Amino acid sequence: MSSLENRITTVVVGGGHAGLAASHFLSERGIDHVVLERGEVANSWRRERWDSLRLLTPNWQSRLPGHAYDGPDPDGYMTMGEVVGFIDGFAARTRAPVRTGTTVTSLRRTDDGYHVTTDQGELACRAVVLASGACNLPAVPATLSEAVPAGVEQVTPFTYRGPDQLPDGGVLVVGASATGVQLAAELRRSGRPVTLSTGEHVRLPRTYRGRDVLWWMDASGVWDTRYDEVPDLTRARRLASPQLAGTPGRTTLDLNALTADGVELVGRATAVRDGQLLFSGGLRNVVSLADLKMERLLGTFDAWAQETGVDSDVKPPERFEPTRVPGSPRLRLDLRGGEVRTVVWATGFRPDYSWLDVPVVDGKGRLVHDGGVVDSPGLYALGLPVLRRRKSTFIHGAEDDARDVVDHLAGYLATRR
Amino acid sequence: MTTIDSIDNGVNVQALLDARETLKGAPEAARFTWRSTTRWENGVHTTSTVKDYFGLGAEHSHKTESSFTADHPEVFAAEDHGITPIEYLLVGLGSCLTAGVASVAQNRGIQLRSVEATLEGAHDIRGILGADSDVRNGYDGIKVTFSIDADASREDIEALVAQSQKRSAVFDALTNPTDVTVEVA
Ligand SMILES: Cc1cc2nc3c(=O)[nH]c(=O)nc-3n(C[C@H](O)[C@H](O)[C@H](O)COP(=O)(O)OP(=O)(O)OC[C@H]3O[C@@H](n4cnc5c(N)ncnc54)[C@H](O)[C@@H]3O)c2cc1C
Repeated sequence: MSSLENRITTVVVGGGHAGLAASHFLSERGIDHVVLERGEVANSWRRERWDSLRLLTPNWQSRLPGHAYDGPDPDGYMTMGEVVGFIDGFAARTRAPVRTGTTVTSLRRTDDGYHVTTDQGELACRAVVLASGACNLPAVPATLSEAVPAGVEQVTPFTYRGPDQLPDGGVLVVGASATGVQLAAELRRSGRPVTLSTGEHVRLPRTYRGRDVLWWMDASGVWDTRYDEVPDLTRARRLASPQLAGTPGRTTLDLNALTADGVELVGRATAVRDGQLLFSGGLRNVVSLADLKMERLLGTFDAWAQETGVDSDVKPPERFEPTRVPGSPRLRLDLRGGEVRTVVWATGFRPDYSWLDVPVVDGKGRLVHDGGVVDSPGLYALGLPVLRRRKSTFIHGAEDDARDVVDHLAGYLATRR
Repeated sequence: MTTIDSIDNGVNVQALLDARETLKGAPEAARFTWRSTTRWENGVHTTSTVKDYFGLGAEHSHKTESSFTADHPEVFAAEDHGITPIEYLLVGLGSCLTAGVASVAQNRGIQLRSVEATLEGAHDIRGILGADSDVRNGYDGIKVTFSIDADASREDIEALVAQSQKRSAVFDALTNPTDVTVEVA
């Protein structure tokens, strides 16, 4: 690899779909730039996902600027290989100037822009787009994880590939967002006893009134809600992913489905004492919060369908059975007893900004920004939860956000010549 | 949203929302210490008093000192001067959840006419008697039943009750483990 040119207008950190979308709009405006990627294009889909994963968003929804799914199964869900192919295709189509195998190790502010240090050389630029991803590391509750006895295996979504890799015997999955419910279902299917520790979560049916529930999110405009219109933005940005899976049968993967498969539900994991993992007694509350929120969301879909006349094109409104909770959910589990051989931490992900030497990260490790405009001139972000819209972290959410952010960036470059 | 202004459950929600904003940037001021003192009377009869607390960076006192008598009932061969300590947990939980319902209702513009919570704690006393080591000392379950008369749909009332649990100090203290230190002065 040739060494980096030492001056360029804009640097994009990260060659995932968000960085590539930024690159597309930068090229459109003729702004010279480079996309720095530590691995390959779509690296996180290649290296940081488990084997059976499919997108939970349907194929027709996988769209990037000027690039959409055009295969035979618009209602299906992409495998990891297909996602990589899709994003690679976009990079090729847009001729994105990507430098693969280039890790940014430091980003510093200078008098007239930024100084970028990489493992392949140094670079000076006027503007930077942080598109390094929102899910660089699994977020594992350290106090719990450290107290798990040595004989119990612990895995995260980054180290988990499939059931074969785990010892036989019981599994405790901690966390009931998309990742947790998907891994609980897969491990249960492998014949293992599975316990699922459930805190606050988002329940959704896979299909509603005959359409993919994400069609409703899209068509009714819920997903387009702007960040400055969301009532409680901090909360919206922390919201876990919905209990959805992309399966060929388009089946719902809520807690009732898991219970029917023999998964045992327990409350949120709160502490380890004397080798016993303790669960919250508030399971019924989190479950009814999720049921009520789902009902409310479906209610807004129905109202929208009525207003717009979509009503006649879809099946009649449906209501779903309340979530069943065991009569007396277990409050403790002895981790030394041999019942559980593996703990799966499906407790979320977080970004890694350890290389960012600009003081724009708050005490909780979150980037401080206003709709992707970071509080440091010429610094921008993409791909973070509800960055500019509810759909910001999703593949189909990148286009609108990247266009807006690059607009702002172009304005910044134009005024500071 | 005219309804929000016209309804009144007697909760100053604006003050609470303002406090939330202020304390976001002042975590030290948000640290409170609640206190109570228990004096032994005789037998299993005790008197507890509550007056002072610390918060917002300073010492405070309630307007009046409150006093609580606890004892055991006659079926436990005691004199029954007052309710049992474990019943005080029901008192704490019921008042906390009910206060939460009123606050959330105010915030959501729901006028309450009446709210009543009935609490039942199931307790196997073989635990405290040491009659069976597999039985725990505390409640094996608590059931709270709300009867609420308000200008709202059943769904909205259920949402009030769910949200009040989500923000309840006592619900959290009872459903999640708390580190407790007991020392001799
Ligand atoms: C388990 C899981 C399932 C998901 N399922 C869906 C789904 O079904 N549908 C959907 O629309 N979205 C889904 N998402 C959300 C989102 O689409 C993905 O997280 C996606 O990878 C985000 O794209 P991105 O470009 O923002 O970040 P990434 O894809 O993570 O890209 C960031 C890139 O930056 C690189 N990078 C990071 N740090 C540096 C550095 N210091 N120097 C150089 N390069 C660096 C990384 O190698 C990576 O390639 C899912 C996310 C996860 C975690």
